[in-house]
Amino acid sequence: MTVIEHAEKYPEIWRRFSPRMTLIRYVWYVAIVAVATWSISNLDLPWFYFLDAHVQALDLVTRMWPPELEFWETLALPLLETIHIATLGTIFTLIIAFPVAFLAARNTTFNTATWFIGRLILVTSRSVNTVVWGLFFVAMFGPGPLAGIWAIAFRSIGFMGKLVAEAIEEIDEGIVEAIDATGASRLQVLWYGILPQVLPVIYGTTIYRWDINIRESTVLGFVGAGGIGILLYSSINQFQWREVSLILLTVFGVVMVSEFVSAMVRKRIS
Amino acid sequence: MNTSPEPAAAIAPRWHRIRMIEHPALRYGLFALAVIYVFWSMGALDLNWHRISNGIPRAGNMFARMIPPDFSRWSLLVKGILESVQMALAASFFGMILAVPLGLCGAANLVPKPVYLVARALIILSRTFHEIIIAIFFVKIFGFGPLAGVLTLIVASTSFISKMIAEDIENMTPGQLEAVRATGASFPKLLIYCISPNTLPRYLGVSIYRLDANIRHSTVVGIVGAGGIGQVLAATFSRYDYDFSLAILITIVSLVFLGEFFSSWVRGHLR
Repeated sequence: MTVIEHAEKYPEIWRRFSPRMTLIRYVWYVAIVAVATWSISNLDLPWFYFLDAHVQALDLVTRMWPPELEFWETLALPLLETIHIATLGTIFTLIIAFPVAFLAARNTTFNTATWFIGRLILVTSRSVNTVVWGLFFVAMFGPGPLAGIWAIAFRSIGFMGKLVAEAIEEIDEGIVEAIDATGASRLQVLWYGILPQVLPVIYGTTIYRWDINIRESTVLGFVGAGGIGILLYSSINQFQWREVSLILLTVFGVVMVSEFVSAMVRKRIS
Repeated sequence: MNTSPEPAAAIAPRWHRIRMIEHPALRYGLFALAVIYVFWSMGALDLNWHRISNGIPRAGNMFARMIPPDFSRWSLLVKGILESVQMALAASFFGMILAVPLGLCGAANLVPKPVYLVARALIILSRTFHEIIIAIFFVKIFGFGPLAGVLTLIVASTSFISKMIAEDIENMTPGQLEAVRATGASFPKLLIYCISPNTLPRYLGVSIYRLDANIRHSTVVGIVGAGGIGQVLAATFSRYDYDFSLAILITIVSLVFLGEFFSSWVRGHLR
């Protein structure tokens, strides 16, 4: 190695990136900034709204304080309804998502067509937001918690089905083969070979999804699908900001508690 | 399962399944509680078969009016979808930038305790409330339109990404931090040469994931008037324009599918 080669390979000043890498990085930066600028300029945002935004925000805060504590009595039942919607929705999800997950897992599905159907159900379920599902089921069942439960369930199928299907694809095939070798039927293989292996994942994702669903069910009322959202929406429309702040405090508390419970249970399972 | 050696006689003669909850009373007790809960809550919500069976013919009617999807007003559809995508892109961009300082402040091993507590409180506060609740407030402050939507998505993305950054920094091995500190590096140098190489791959991955989550969420903030395709969708439902609703839904599903495909492709390259 000549001195020049050595100097090129081990320069005096250490740099993390070669010039080529630096160039590629800058091209990426420019591209990202260009996309962001294009998006913002095309959105036609009314920037002058920022001028009095702080005044508006301050006004809102002064109107919201202090929370209207007497409102608590009206609040209790819708709050319970919200929790019911989330919990029942999650339970129904459990029943529907499990068969769909088996269809969507490569090693348990029947053929390519059923695999594709399973995947299609999961993708459709996940891409439509809970609130949009809510719009859909309110049109179907009329306003009320029934629509909310279905909305929660239909959004959660995709979430849970995807995670469970991934877990099924990663199971230990040896156990399945061993049970198959005893002459077990397909159902027995499923029950004794596959189910016990994915059960922890099922419990874990169910609890996790339940705590997400609690948060989602707080806004289902905006489209008329039951729960505390109905109350929140009407209080906002009547400019009862002190009621709004009590509702928000309650929602905050419930979501925090459910998150805590969910984290605790998941810790014990794993 | 007991792995310690035991005399053969002590091993149970009959095989039984390994249960998640070994104690039978607890297991069946929990199951019974769940069943009781389902009946109690369904009673409390006044749900019965009658209401469900009433919905089925209505559902049939709705499907009949949905099919075939009506793409004839495609210009409205494209405009709404484009607005949603632009909202998602802009929000992801600002979310990515704002998440860095917030994430750094939320790492307990990097900043003083008061800063850490404030940052964490901000993250928890914005994660607790659903995007739609945040959107309502932005609509009240900034008026109807995409500006409120973009700000909502920025808040949601920032808290999501910064939580990941903070956790990543906290999980770093302390040795690396100490090694770079021992060279006399200043805080900015510590960031560039120690923290960023450690957290960058996951940060980029999470940001890309957030882009596709933002596309999903941008379709819904419109329901409270914060712009995007959601506004059009909510309008079609209230006008019983179900065939146009289905067209919008199909477009959203394919858009989200594309977004997810793109996101997993990019994340595959990042690894």
